[in-house]
Order: sequence, then structure tokens, then C-alpha cells
Amino acid sequence: MPEHTIKAFDEEINRLRGLVAEMGGRVETALEDAMAALVEHDNDKARRVVSEDRKIDLLEAEVEKLVVQIIALRAPMANDLRDVIAALKIVGVVERIGDYAKNIAKRVPQLGAHPTIEPLSLLPAMAQVAGEMVGDALNAFAARDAALAEAVVARDHVVDSFYNGIFRALLTYMVENPKTISECAHLLFIAKNIERIGDHATNMAEMVYYAATGDYLPERGRDTGIES
Amino acid sequence: MTEQTTPSAPPKMAARHVNVFYGDKQAIRDVSIEIDNDHVIAFIGPSGCGKSTFLRTLNRMNDTVAGARVEGDITLDGENIYDPSMDVVQLRARVGMVFQKPNPFPKSIYDNIAYGPRIHGLANSKADLDVIVESALRRAGLWDEVKDRLKDSGTALSGGQQQRLCIGRAIAVEPEVILMDEPCSALDPIATAKIEELIHELRGRYAIAIVTHNMQQAARVSQRTAFFHLGTLVEYGVTSEIFTNPREDRTKDYITGRYG
Ligand SMILES: Nc1ncnc2c1ncn2[C@@H]1O[C@H](COP(=O)(O)OP(=O)(O)O)[C@@H](O)[C@H]1O
Ligand SMILES: [Mg+2]
Repeated sequence: MPEHTIKAFDEEINRLRGLVAEMGGRVETALEDAMAALVEHDNDKARRVVSEDRKIDLLEAEVEKLVVQIIALRAPMANDLRDVIAALKIVGVVERIGDYAKNIAKRVPQLGAHPTIEPLSLLPAMAQVAGEMVGDALNAFAARDAALAEAVVARDHVVDSFYNGIFRALLTYMVENPKTISECAHLLFIAKNIERIGDHATNMAEMVYYAATGDYLPERGRDTGIES
Repeated sequence: MTEQTTPSAPPKMAARHVNVFYGDKQAIRDVSIEIDNDHVIAFIGPSGCGKSTFLRTLNRMNDTVAGARVEGDITLDGENIYDPSMDVVQLRARVGMVFQKPNPFPKSIYDNIAYGPRIHGLANSKADLDVIVESALRRAGLWDEVKDRLKDSGTALSGGQQQRLCIGRAIAVEPEVILMDEPCSALDPIATAKIEELIHELRGRYAIAIVTHNMQQAARVSQRTAFFHLGTLVEYGVTSEIFTNPREDRTKDYITGRYG
């Protein structure tokens, strides 16, 4: 894309995109660390995820400020306007994803050792897919890559079916092992959090698609097939 | 938008395959567009792209420019305005024009407005004329500011008031179309806002086309936008679409400030 006649405008847009990328990187790390803390029963790592979340919130505030400034001072148009609005909406979503990662980390100390709860083994794989969707949505924004954004949306159902499988497995496990109900409840919430992260990545990808093309992706079926 | 134009109703004005030459130099290339009452149309584009030239073809102002030649069809209510039978004075009353620099006559505020209705025989009496002057000044949003000094010279008004006086002068002869060529470029932001508000109020009653180099202004006052570049009409569409999702790269580069 050609540069703006006003160079400072390009610099501000680049700074904005840089902040979104930094925030996204932090959230991806938060999710990975939260899952690692869960699998390794590492309470220290879990605490760090919780305390690092504050930096994500600060980045969101910084992006909001910059977006307001760009709109007020530069009156962006067309693809610039779509880019700036997408950045604003994306950081809102990324901040929520950060909260889900934090919520997962917060549950780690309450779970104790649980090598026996079998369905747990599915959670890291599920989180892996959701995390990749988040990463790809952010990469799609950085590269204005509509095809990559579309591919993220197409993957949402993978996370959904993970969730449905884990949900059923945990229910069965709870019935058979009533003593593990409280731990299983935590794991259910974690699965739900990951499922929500997948949804948010999908929303983000839809915004990226609009920012890149000016068109909306065809509406997906609203019934997502989630069991609860 | 209150009224729906029926598909069969001809547009208020239509230009088809219009070319304009200044001597050998072609300033407008094969432009086709329609102008109607239910929307304000803004012409945008870089300096020298032909916006003013095209606007002037719509009431034959180019006739007065030596060496200017217009080809193609331009119709008002389906009637070719370049037909030899067309009365050009009458045409310019029906298709009024407001210029970049306010140009009131060096006469009283009253006479500035009364001039057109007098020569077009729109008033039978002084009382008639008074009514026309008041109504035109009201529609131009100027009445309250000048009603106590109608005898003062039009040139004594502020720039913004002068421009509204010129709009009032165009309105006084009951035009059907109002063409404005950068009407706010000599005005401060408050005077500009008043003109924009006025355009908003006049919409629907008149077909309005405005040339502006201020894209925010085009976005604020128009419902359709036409982007010109090097004499061609590059893109025409709904204003909100043009400014959020233009289809042509040349439009996009221009409106996002990436031009040249
Ligand atoms: N009276 C004229 N004689 C010769 N060339 C003209 C005349 N008026 C305009 N032009 C040329 O026609 C082109 C379009 O000009 P104009 O319609 O004034 O553009 P815009 O209003 O978009 O700035 C320019 O190249 C300009 O130099
Ligand atoms: Mg001009």
C-alpha cells in the first residue's frame, strides 16, 4: 500500500499495529503458560499468569487512547478507518481472552494433583487449537490476510467438538467418581473458557476479514452446537 | 428519505457521455451521471481533475468560456439543455449556481435577492417581492440576522453571511437544481457549518450538487459522492460506502490521503 502523504499518520498506524501485536503476543503466552501450569501443577507459574494480566489491560488502554487520538486528529477514511476500528475491537476481544487465561490459571492451585482424572488429557490439545486460532487471527490482522482470517473461522467447530467431547467425558467421570466432583467442575469451567477463547478468536477473525476487504463474511449458523 | 422516485420518473438532471474540451485539451472524458432531488451529490477529486468544468456544463456556464466545447447529452427533466431552443437565461434560473467566493452585487441585501425575481417577472407588486425576499432569506437561514437592515449593502455582510445571501439569491428565482462550487472554501468553520446545515435543509426541495475539496465536508453533506480523476468519473456511489469501502484503488488512495 502506498504511504500517506502525511508521514506522521503512517507512524501512528504502525504504532497502533505494533501495540495490537504486542498485546496479542502476551495473551498467547498467557494461555500457553496457564495450560502448562495446569498440566505441571505449577502454582508459581499460574500466579505469574495472573499478575501479568495487568500489562494486557494497560496495553488495551493505550490502544484505546491512540485510536481516539487518530480518529480525532487524522479523520481516517476507508481501509484506514476499518483498520483503526478493527484494532479497537480486537484489543477488546484480546483483553477478554487474557481474562479467560487468567481464570484458568486461578483454578490451578485449587485443583491439586489429579493424575487420575482422565478427560484432563484432552484439555491441552483443545487449548492448542484455540491458541492457534488466536495467533492466526492476530497474524491475519498484521498481514491484512483475509484468507487466513477465513481459515480461523472455519476452525471454530474443532474447538466446539473438543468441548462437547470433554463435557460428556467429565460428566461420565463425575458420576463414576463422585469424590472428584469439585475438581471436575473446575475442569469443566476450564474447558468452557477455552471454548469461549475459540469463539473470541472467531469474532476477531471476522473483524479482520471486514477490515481487510470491506465486506462481511457470510453469516455462519448461529446455532453453534454447544451443549451448555 | 421521504419520497421514493418511481423507476419511470426521469432524473432531474442526467449527463450522458459528456466530453468537455478547452481548445485541443480534453478536460472531461465520457462522464455519465444523474442528479436528483432526494440526495445531495458531492464531486470530489484532486485539483484540476475537472470538477468545476463538469459542474459548469450543467447550467451551460462553459458557454461563456472562450474555446470551451461540450459534447454529449445533458438533460433537465428529460430536455436537452444544449438544444438551440433552450433559453439560457431561463436555464440558469432553473439551475442556479453558487461560487467559491461569495459574490454579492454591490447593492442592498434586499436588491441582491430581488434582482432575479424582478428580471424573471416573478413578482407583480412590491408586496409580492417583499414576500419573495423574506422567504428566500429565511430559506437561506439569513433572515433573522438581516431583517432589520435590508437596505444595507450586501457586501457589508460577513463572508459566511454573503455566501448565504448568494444561496438566497439563487433560491429566490425558484430553481430546481443548485450547483455549488467549493462554497465554503473561503469561510471559517462556523460559517461553514451554517452553510452545511443549510444544504441539509434544502435537500429534497432542490437537487443539489456540490464541489468540495474537503472530504469531511463531502462526507457530512452528501448522500452520493462522485470521485473524479484526470477528467474521468472514477467511482460514483453512496457516500457512506465511498468513504468506508471504496471499490477503486484511485478513490481509496485519494480519500485516505495517499494521493501523490
Ligand atoms: N478556462 C479554461 N481554459 C483552459 N483550460 C481550463 C480552463 N478551465 C479549466 N481548465 C483546465 O481544465 C482542467 C480541469 O479544471 P477544473 O475543472 O477547474 O478542475 P477542478 O475544478 O477539479 O480543480 C484543468 O487541467 C484546467 O487547467
Ligand atoms: Mg474547481
